Amino acid sequence: MAEATVKVFRGNKGGGQSVEFKVPVAPGMVVLDALHYIQGHLAPDLAVRWNCKAGKCGSCSAEVNGRPRLTCKTRMDALPQGEPITVMPLKAFPVIKDLVTDVSWNYKVNKKITPFTPKAGADWKFYQDDVDRVQEFRKCIECFLCQNVCHVLRDHDKYEQFGGPRLFVRVAGLEMHPMDGVSRTKVLKDGLGIGLCNITKCCTEVCPEDIHITDNAIIPLKERVVDQFYDPLVWIVRKIRGAAS
Amino acid sequence: MSERFETHEHDVLVIGAGGAGLRAAIEALGQGASVGVVSKSLLGKAHTVMAEGGIAAAMANVDSADGWKPHFRDTMRGGKLLNNWRMAQLHAQEAPERVKELEQWGALFDRTEDGRILQRAFGGHTFRRLCHVGDRTGLEMIRTLQDRGVYMGFDVYMECTIVRLLTDGGRCAGALAYWRETGRFVVFKAKSVVMATGGIGKAWPITSNSWEYTGDGMALAYEAGAELMDMEFVQFHPTGMVWPPGVQGILVTEAVRGEGGILRNKSGERFMERYDPKRMELSTRDVVARSIYTEVKEGRGTEHGGAYLDISHQPAEYVKKKLPSMYHQFKELADVDITKGPMEVGPTCHYMMGGIRVEAETAQSSLPGLFAAGEAAAGLHGANRLGGNSLSDLLVFGRRAGLAAAQHAKEVSAPNLDEGQISAGESEALSAFQRQGGENPYAVHRDLQKVMQSLVGIFRTGEDMQKALSELAKLKERAAHTSVEGSRMFNPGWHMAIELKSMLTVSEAVTRSALVRQESRGAHSRIDFPELSPEWGKKNNIVWHDGSAMGLRQETRPEMRAELKEILAEDQ
Repeated sequence: MAEATVKVFRGNKGGGQSVEFKVPVAPGMVVLDALHYIQGHLAPDLAVRWNCKAGKCGSCSAEVNGRPRLTCKTRMDALPQGEPITVMPLKAFPVIKDLVTDVSWNYKVNKKITPFTPKAGADWKFYQDDVDRVQEFRKCIECFLCQNVCHVLRDHDKYEQFGGPRLFVRVAGLEMHPMDGVSRTKVLKDGLGIGLCNITKCCTEVCPEDIHITDNAIIPLKERVVDQFYDPLVWIVRKIRGAAS
Repeated sequence: MSERFETHEHDVLVIGAGGAGLRAAIEALGQGASVGVVSKSLLGKAHTVMAEGGIAAAMANVDSADGWKPHFRDTMRGGKLLNNWRMAQLHAQEAPERVKELEQWGALFDRTEDGRILQRAFGGHTFRRLCHVGDRTGLEMIRTLQDRGVYMGFDVYMECTIVRLLTDGGRCAGALAYWRETGRFVVFKAKSVVMATGGIGKAWPITSNSWEYTGDGMALAYEAGAELMDMEFVQFHPTGMVWPPGVQGILVTEAVRGEGGILRNKSGERFMERYDPKRMELSTRDVVARSIYTEVKEGRGTEHGGAYLDISHQPAEYVKKKLPSMYHQFKELADVDITKGPMEVGPTCHYMMGGIRVEAETAQSSLPGLFAAGEAAAGLHGANRLGGNSLSDLLVFGRRAGLAAAQHAKEVSAPNLDEGQISAGESEALSAFQRQGGENPYAVHRDLQKVMQSLVGIFRTGEDMQKALSELAKLKERAAHTSVEGSRMFNPGWHMAIELKSMLTVSEAVTRSALVRQESRGAHSRIDFPELSPEWGKKNNIVWHDGSAMGLRQETRPEMRAELKEILAEDQ
């Protein structure tokens, strides 16, 4: 049976290094299978998060050969053959142990978002055309790969000011919900700092659910914020009214 | 005491953050209770996210003749009449209301042309009944419940594993747990505990279930003195992936058949004609699983030992729209384009019909203060569950459990915690660290899976199961001598050592119950007793912790109410 060399990060918040393992390769094998083999036979204490192993839960995110991916959907035969496969934890979040990182920040920021609030007197009759667009955002499996590649977080550490693509997708799912009756533009602008995003589309590229994060979620939300807070006409009207009072 | 571990106190402690646990928590919060939710994984990753096909609820949006009565009848017939009929009635009556509620909390279902929730056909359901969101209904459900619960303000303890339920004079008083991250212990003190921990699929190697499905809730409840019921009924879903090896067991939603998918053997024969000519591919899961298994066993299987499931006669755009995750799953993991050719599928261990024995109205177990809902509880599904009835089960009985748990918490005083139970639980959990040179827990797990797959699988015999019992005794011995490497910090080998105990307890309950039930009914198929037995149809197997041994007895089922008998007798 063919064998692959897998170099996995072992360590914790204090540091660590890549450790090499030899893993037998079976047809159709994915990187998560290799990690399970290592746990089961070579290093039972290797820390890895995973649940469904079918690309539906978004737990097993890691950086494989430098690219953020779901390890359950990364085929070994799609990676360069004969070369070691490196598996590293997500860089944008603090390491807990090995491939497990502390993603609790995402859950904390999520609490800033006004929840779904139905319109008063909604009759709950709406059509497939109304939901098609929003269902795209609701496909998100919270794998946080988009957060991991977003340079506002990854390189500039703006965790206090910025929400990141995952949270913008969540807001888009609420804002464009046909029955929702409130506006979240203020929290987008102030709490989630959507203005910091300069639409490089890195998030869209890594999304395993093929959500068009930048084009369909972030840009329309930016437009809503601009319409409300930066429209020159509205600004002048406000200025005059403000001066009058 | 406080130096060794932190302590949290709640009116209601919910163990498990899937659909049932979250729905229970929301209901208890609505009653004014303080609620803690403990979850082995991160919030939103529970097995409910994998539910694909839909929620069964007789809304009659598509087929106007549907109603709770036909849903009740289908559920009872699908369960081979072994269901708790009162639960089946409540479930059928309340499911539509629970779905509407979910919509009002923000869930976005696929729509009918006149703007209502769309419903699709599914196995064993007389009418088109499954409310769905493409093939990712569970994700929509868990996200909706998660957001609702967070907004209402429950405390979530993520990546925290319960190792023991604590009792106080014959009532449930809380639980001992450890943080997966640090390995440190944490004690929860609660007036009511809701067990919503799901099933036991990880005791079999070919399964659609995640690592979390180790039967913890059932084993913990059993150890604390609650009774289990119907443990012999384990559902093998007919369609799991069979190739390549790494994906074996991953679920292929029944919605493929609901949307018109056809099953064929290697010679192209539509073999369901021989097994259930009336319902064909939309027969119940027990029947379809046995049919595929038989085709393979008799030499008519596909190249990799399965059957062909074909949806490629439907327009490609339709398939991508209605079954998007199946399309991607096969394309990415198996190099198969399902809009162009067939999938290869075979049975996979999927669901536990049995579980903690509960009262229908309150979901309370035989241990006061302990409630159970969802897959961890027994009763609703009898000998076989219909597709789509699980998500509705989570909502209907999750809500009932949360309501009753909050009510119970209002009526009782705060329990006392017993230091002896806590320290015994700690030492047991840490024992694998004390032993040197023992076996790797993963090796014991692999052997357990082999035993359950080969001896307590789809088709069973008395002889095999006797053998399984003696193998399980040996495995128990081996499990007691495992040792683990490394520290307590996020150590999956250690976690496995602890979960092994749950899996072994539940596996034994399954095997003992299956051995005594000398008949074939629903998911329980005995080669040596191939017929339905009217006598066994009147009984449930009850398992309980009898001192050091496992007790097993039969209880006669209560007589069904006359009006329900009439509904059942009607032919549709």
